[in-house]
Amino acid sequence: MKNSVLVNSVRFICLILAQVLIFNNIDFMGYINPYPYMLFILVFPFNANRSLYLFIAFLTGLTMDMFDNSGGIHAAACLVIAYFRPIALRLTFGVSYEYNAIKLPNVSFYERLVYISSLVFVHHLVLFSLEVFNISNIIYILKKTLFTGIFTSILCLMFNILFSSRRE
Amino acid sequence: MQQIINFLIRSKNFLLFAFLFFISLVFTIQSHSYHKSKFINSANFLSGGVYESLSNIQGYFHLKTYNQQLLDENARLRENESVLRTLVNQKDSLAIYTNAESLFKYIPAKVLKNSYSKTDNIITLKAGRRDSIAPEMGVITSQGIVGFIEKTSTKYSTVLSILNTNFKTNAKLRSSEHYGTLEWNGQNPNVMTVIDMQEQAPVKIGDTIETSGQSAIFPKGIPIGTIENLELDNSKNFYTLSVRLFNDMTSLGHVYVIKNNDLEEINALEENNTNEE
Repeated sequence: MKNSVLVNSVRFICLILAQVLIFNNIDFMGYINPYPYMLFILVFPFNANRSLYLFIAFLTGLTMDMFDNSGGIHAAACLVIAYFRPIALRLTFGVSYEYNAIKLPNVSFYERLVYISSLVFVHHLVLFSLEVFNISNIIYILKKTLFTGIFTSILCLMFNILFSSRRE
Repeated sequence: MQQIINFLIRSKNFLLFAFLFFISLVFTIQSHSYHKSKFINSANFLSGGVYESLSNIQGYFHLKTYNQQLLDENARLRENESVLRTLVNQKDSLAIYTNAESLFKYIPAKVLKNSYSKTDNIITLKAGRRDSIAPEMGVITSQGIVGFIEKTSTKYSTVLSILNTNFKTNAKLRSSEHYGTLEWNGQNPNVMTVIDMQEQAPVKIGDTIETSGQSAIFPKGIPIGTIENLELDNSKNFYTLSVRLFNDMTSLGHVYVIKNNDLEEINALEENNTNEE
């Protein structure tokens, strides 16, 4: 348990710093900044206390908002994916999934892709809707969600594969 | 009663979710209206410190550009100085420049964090209250306007960038006194729009747009950009102009914060006027 707290704290600090110092400055094609910090919320232990998990997701988002000067948009987006993560898990790993049985390092590439990209797109849709905050720019929101979502998904998948120790 | 408590316990996760989501929505809505004060901003010890160490490293890579900008600015200032000198030395002219105290004070500041890809962009500066910076001061570079100060802490401050949908200021043509409202539509970081420019104004593509000096935040005559495109609105009374900015907002290193020494006096006067109405 203590080990898990330590691992998650280190992961939190590393991902936030990487996000703030590197990924917020990419500005690919002028407006595409990937948000791989959300990997922290995706790989948070599946068996953790639900309320604690929601609260930590909220704090993660709020930290990003502080660095990004963006009000509460990251907090809202992180909270939404934290709340809907069980649904994404059920959709990806089948109806008979059990929280404790699934270890992300052990699932197939395809399942990992579906799980990560589905939550990435939900996160980005909430994020950019709140950022633009204007329903008449819906095309712009969708365009930004799509392109940034692809970029973030690839990065999250790469990080996830690189840093997960596979235990057979 | 028992059922209510049971219900609360059963749906405690949903309630927590709804509560936290509500808080983040409040923060978001606050960030979209400029006059509300923000709780979460980057002018604080933690994020300011992180951005400062990042900017210290990045500064080295831009030294060449900054030096060039400073050289250009020095050259231009020298030119202006010589013009002023000849004006002052003419015996028959009124001595308007000799005893007039400078109205505006320029405070240099370093940009710690610049953003330009969002719809509401905020810039963080390494200069705060202890450098006598206060909200509502204008921020410019040698090339043009950047925004105005929004929040300050002891060592840091945040700037509401011109690339922010909440930003509005008066802008006029360099060639005449016709003015309109300068704003940003949230998309291209190099192009802004001027709306409500009178139809009688002699606008041409390629004309220069500058600040009008009506707002007490920016002095008169700070360059903004050149007219790239113009069209009349539906009522045929006003022009809408697209303006290509002189300033490259995607690459800001050092900026000047403008302190208007008469700001308090002007504000007091305007407040008196509105009270009397």
